[in-house]
Amino acid sequence: MIIHSVFFYFFSIIAIFSSLMVITSRSTINSVFFLILDFISVGCLFIMVGAEFLGMILLIVYVGAVAVLFLFVVMMLNVAEQKQSWFIGKKSTHIPTGLIVSVLILLELLVVVGGWKYKEDLMSSSTLVISNISNTHQLGLVMYTDYILYFQLAGIILLLAMIGAILLTFRERVGVKKQNYFNQISRSPSTAIELKDVKSNEGVKIDD
Amino acid sequence: MIEYFQILGQEVYKIIFLVIPILVSVALIVWLDRRVWGLVQKRRGPNVVGPFGLFQTLADALKYIFKEIIIPASANKVVFILAPIITMTLALVAWAVIPLSKNLVLADINVGILYLFAVSSLGVYGIIMGGWASNSKYPFLGAIRSAAQMVSYEVSIGIIIINVLLCVGSLNLNDIVIAQKDLWYVLPLFPMFVIFFISALAETNRPPFDLPEAEAELVAGYQTEYSGMMYAMFWLGEYANILLMCAMGSILFLGGWLPILDVYPINLVPAPVWMIIKILFLFLLFALIKAIVPRYRYDQLMRLGWKVFLPFSLIYLVLTASFLFYFDKLPEVIF
Repeated sequence: MIIHSVFFYFFSIIAIFSSLMVITSRSTINSVFFLILDFISVGCLFIMVGAEFLGMILLIVYVGAVAVLFLFVVMMLNVAEQKQSWFIGKKSTHIPTGLIVSVLILLELLVVVGGWKYKEDLMSSSTLVISNISNTHQLGLVMYTDYILYFQLAGIILLLAMIGAILLTFRERVGVKKQNYFNQISRSPSTAIELKDVKSNEGVKIDD
Repeated sequence: MIEYFQILGQEVYKIIFLVIPILVSVALIVWLDRRVWGLVQKRRGPNVVGPFGLFQTLADALKYIFKEIIIPASANKVVFILAPIITMTLALVAWAVIPLSKNLVLADINVGILYLFAVSSLGVYGIIMGGWASNSKYPFLGAIRSAAQMVSYEVSIGIIIINVLLCVGSLNLNDIVIAQKDLWYVLPLFPMFVIFFISALAETNRPPFDLPEAEAELVAGYQTEYSGMMYAMFWLGEYANILLMCAMGSILFLGGWLPILDVYPINLVPAPVWMIIKILFLFLLFALIKAIVPRYRYDQLMRLGWKVFLPFSLIYLVLTASFLFYFDKLPEVIF
């Protein structure tokens, strides 16, 4: 049991430390790396309480997909320029919006924490492993029966968000040349080659 | 406490006996790859060092060890050094759950297939970090290409795994193997096997999808700035990943450690041998494809992933589910 506690504190200290580093670290790319470390250590905590399915899904979805996209975006930024503009140059205009959002989140957290108690045997992690049904089956049995409506609703909200994001960033560009797979393959010499007689000292116009 | 350290000692012992054979087989598999590649092109391939050139990889590794490690002056040093380490570690860590027989497995966990999927999706970090930290154009382009490519093909691999899981009813890798006792899933799910194989090629950046390191356009992609042992680690990690994908394919579709026929003289062959034969078979396909197929264009690659594989595997998923439901063949949950 001592070992269990040691590991629990090990992972939770890493989780707290790295989440602090996410907001305090100076370079954005380090923030993202600390975010990944945070996800991984929280995943380990999930596995420690016996919720192995949740832990793995956290790894797959957040570390394997979401954080990759974060990293993708952050890498495009110019690190040196950013440091200048954020820490030396002009004042940030994001503070009021950020304050509103963080106050809201704090209130929500208070509401959640107010109605929540520690389970007495949280550390022993026996509650989830006690039955013979595996963790994944338990989740499935609840999610696709009692909570099917909420599950579907969550899916629809995600779909809406995705379509919204695509719509927001979509812009029709004129004059873009597109390569059509089938047209390219089904070309034959008779349609692809055009022979023209070029008179000397006169150019020839080839339309594309 | 003492008990814990005893268990720890045993596990370390087991881990060493898992990692060393993997590293040796990676070295051999590199030789096999180059040899097959040579034979297909009517060359001899590596045949000088040792019998049949078997020690060629060893000689190469020795050469890499003694070469100087060059870190570019403008590179982000920590990330630059971390990248090959991460690639290598993740490629080895995944082997913990691969069952070579019913009992010969380091960690027989309930969510084995999810673990494999998670670790293989983390593999992209090594490449992205290496490409970004080099602070140079070609590695960065290679890293971006590979990130987009690996994330895209992971989606279809995920749906293919769900197809198999529908038939098995368990996430445990041993259960997946045992469920194929009567019929390997390569027969009923043959289209999925083909898509899995092609996605595995893209996921491991093998030709014809080796765009992240397309030498004609990007020098060597994300590895351009790496030298010496760090380059060798990328290279080892890549081949360990390829072997891992072959192992995953043989577990999901080719019946893992099950013998090819369960009749008397054949089933005397021990289970790990069957597993190794199946992995080698898939690897031979990988090597042959490297030799005979030209490289894809990037937009074709994306089109194949999102517009062909994803819809097709989704449709096949619905088909599998309806078939299992209609004929009442859904796996029973064992409580």
